Amino acid sequence: MDIGWFVVLSAFIFCIGAAGVMTRRSPLVILLCLELMLNAGNLALIAFSRMVGNHEGQVFALIVMVVAACEVVIGLGIIVAMYRRRLAIDVDDMAELRG
Amino acid sequence: MFFEQLLFFVAGAGAIGGALGVVLLRNPFYSVLALVAHLISLAILFLLLTAAFLAAAQVVVYAGAVMVLYVFVVAYVGGTDDELLPRPAGVAALVGPLFAAALLIELTIAVVGSGLSALDSRGAEVGAGFGSPGAIGDALLNKYLLAFEAASFLLLIAAVGAVVLARKRRGLQEPADAISVADVVRHQPPAAGTQKEAIG
Repeated sequence: MDIGWFVVLSAFIFCIGAAGVMTRRSPLVILLCLELMLNAGNLALIAFSRMVGNHEGQVFALIVMVVAACEVVIGLGIIVAMYRRRLAIDVDDMAELRG
Repeated sequence: MFFEQLLFFVAGAGAIGGALGVVLLRNPFYSVLALVAHLISLAILFLLLTAAFLAAAQVVVYAGAVMVLYVFVVAYVGGTDDELLPRPAGVAALVGPLFAAALLIELTIAVVGSGLSALDSRGAEVGAGFGSPGAIGDALLNKYLLAFEAASFLLLIAAVGAVVLARKRRGLQEPADAISVADVVRHQPPAAGTQKEAIG
């Protein structure tokens, strides 16, 4: 397959993720949509790594995976803390992060 | 060649379908499952791009560990159905989809108008070990050691941060019946042989 196909697919996935971040209200689903966008970036990085023929894009993608895992852990920790304090799990109601 | 194209279109359809499922399904639990399907499809695409190690890491780390974390939190918080459409009906409801459509048009223009001639090729000629764990480890530990160490430090910070965020609020305070040094000294019986009595 040509590299361009992979890049176009990655653009589609990125836009679907962006639409989800803009339209959904539950922070859980917004985190999932952020994962979609990060994975679209990963796909583009690996496609370009294959195009150039060296490993640097793949190392980048691996680091992006690490950052995504950290982001998930912190985001889910915040959601659990919100739930413990009986706050609504809704980004429209969450205007500030002060405890 | 034909098999490769077939695999690309099957995995690509799976990836797009999974992504749409994440955005459109109303129950967050189903969204998580759709994301698992999406991630596995992406792993197949990584294999087509000869990134074997990353495909394995995608399945084991992402579709395995991270998604289990999601499932636990969804089960804990309770998968509350939220309405798909945002509350401000009218013009404000259209902003998100319009933004995404504009982004897609812009990205399509960027890809179509790109001057990269290699986009229309199958990529550079690579050897058999391209994307293997050995090759990735060699690049990571020889050339990108600083990024590797920074990533490990970031993971440590995230782990500590998650523990601090998710603990019970009164968890780390001192219990009320804790004894202090002053209490022990005050209730000393006479002639106990302390240093204070010896000095006088």
